[in-house]
Amino acid sequence: MPSKEVLDWLRVDFFPHIWCPGCGHGIIMHALLRALASLGCEKERTVIASGIGCSSRMPGYIDACTVHTTHGRSLVFATGIKLANPELTVVNVMGDGDCAAIGGNHFIHACRRNIDITAVVLNNSIYGMTGGQVSPTTPIGAYATTAPYGAIDPPFDLCNLAAAAGATYVARATVAQPQLVEQYIKKGIQNKGFSVVEVMTHCHTQFGRRNKLPRPIDNINRFKQVSVTKTKADAMKPEELEGKIVIGELMDRKRPEYVEQYLRLIERARGQVA
Amino acid sequence: MAEVAFWQGNKAIAMGAIAGGCTFFSGYPITPSSEIAETLAEELPKIGGRFIQMEDEIGGIAAAIGASIAGRKAMTATSGPGFSLKQENLGLAYMAEIPLVVVDIMRGGPSTGLPTRVSQQDVMQARWGTHGDHATIAYAPSSVQECFELTIAAFNASERFRQPVIILGDEVVGHMREKIVIPDAGSYQVVNRKRPTADPEDFVPYKPDPSDDVPPMASFGDGYRWHVTGLTHDEWGFPTDEPSEIETKIKRLVQKVNRFRKDIVRYEVFYGEDAKVLIVSYGSVARSSLRAVREARQKGLKVGHFRPITLWPFPDEELKELASQVDVVIVPELNCGQMLLEVERAVNGKAPVVGKSLVNGELFQPSDILSAIEEVA
Repeated sequence: MPSKEVLDWLRVDFFPHIWCPGCGHGIIMHALLRALASLGCEKERTVIASGIGCSSRMPGYIDACTVHTTHGRSLVFATGIKLANPELTVVNVMGDGDCAAIGGNHFIHACRRNIDITAVVLNNSIYGMTGGQVSPTTPIGAYATTAPYGAIDPPFDLCNLAAAAGATYVARATVAQPQLVEQYIKKGIQNKGFSVVEVMTHCHTQFGRRNKLPRPIDNINRFKQVSVTKTKADAMKPEELEGKIVIGELMDRKRPEYVEQYLRLIERARGQVA
Repeated sequence: MAEVAFWQGNKAIAMGAIAGGCTFFSGYPITPSSEIAETLAEELPKIGGRFIQMEDEIGGIAAAIGASIAGRKAMTATSGPGFSLKQENLGLAYMAEIPLVVVDIMRGGPSTGLPTRVSQQDVMQARWGTHGDHATIAYAPSSVQECFELTIAAFNASERFRQPVIILGDEVVGHMREKIVIPDAGSYQVVNRKRPTADPEDFVPYKPDPSDDVPPMASFGDGYRWHVTGLTHDEWGFPTDEPSEIETKIKRLVQKVNRFRKDIVRYEVFYGEDAKVLIVSYGSVARSSLRAVREARQKGLKVGHFRPITLWPFPDEELKELASQVDVVIVPELNCGQMLLEVERAVNGKAPVVGKSLVNGELFQPSDILSAIEEVA
């Protein structure tokens, strides 16, 4: 049962939610709300943006300023919101399809700008809402409705992609480590820049059913088995890391933030500084 | 004192946007609209506004919608292929009722077409480009002066009706330079969206004001919290499957504009009183037409000109009235006859309607239109 502080952030009138029983998305929403509540964020100054898909129905359940946009485009809506009103705390939730397929270009450019938005990627390695099609993070060999003979497309490592493109805070956890998810989202929000928190979650209905993980618990147990902390992973050989999920803070650095740079540009344009 | 300048049409659109209250532009460069972005990149920071060059056309419109949700008057500008890319999010702005100005400086198409040549081939894309039902407001400037004034009008209409409004310029209008009289600030009306007065706890974000079918709009960050979605939604902004709520919402999107059609529709008539031949044209074509009409008048031919300034809503009632007194209507257009169909619908058999299309990337010469007049006169 969520605490009173967390319950206060929910639009409980819209429950029950649309997620399947046992879906990992609820764990992530709970971690996000714990993070917002513990940071003392104000609902009227907090924006939760999303794209399309199961993950992207999350803002509908959160009692804040929420926007459910088009598929793959949530980060650019969020960019407009943040640049228009820098005082808002902007969190963007998206699925793996949203982030890495249709929205892949927006994702790398948001990283490049280092705009102060926290992107929470709910990566369940499948298109859940549309019926179990392959995604850019589906592992090679996994089955999907559009990969009936097993996927051959190599999956993206979203954290490596984000770090390479310029994001300043990048972390990964799984739904089997909800406290870490909360901690990373909190640090992401506190980071003045573009933060990516990738949360490995499961879709037992669409992915698990076809890949020998039909029950929620099978997925949670698997996440526990294959999670390796970054510290451990750094000492492991590539072949030992095969099939593992590296969790932890993978990037934490400072770079000029986009909106701050733009506000300085305004001062220059107005001749307030030389 | 009003200032006189020598401006390009695209610059006049950019400066008209600022005059209309625009403080946010996001877009992606594309010929022949890029000077709008270039001008605003320079001018917006001076007034504390924001300019951002996005990674693509889709980002261009999406960031502008986001900025509008956060309370700014926002604009994006593009040309044919870019306009196509923006259509999905244009639909979201209609559905979520977000004020926005979208400029399309038309070039030849389909596809990459003729990037540097004039056309009027996006007339129907402006009306029906996105999927689903909604009402469209689109202005077609014919001069640099109008580029400025109609951009202010577009912002005003978008704020009043809480929806995207389109400026359909053609390449000639966007790129030509001519004299403009810049009106003094304060000499023209600037409309701002209705803000809610309800207590934040009682705020129903999509409850329309019965007087105009338009709900007041809160901004993210101003104390209200609400949900924005492209899904069909109820008055609280949440997705609905309830047939009566769906129908109410979609019909209101159309109704809120149609109800005020007379306030929105703009057109101009020259030599209408005794005309027996009526030319209907808009944008840059109207300039060639007017010259041809004057030459025809000098030859004693009774020719008039009707210029729709709002292409959508189309001034059909006004045209029908005038067409009922003429022997023939000629519609010169830089496409294969897109607005011709609307003119035929409006004229409704009162007079024969003849199309004259030009799709070779060039302008209509007044002589082309004069010959068309002489053929029928």
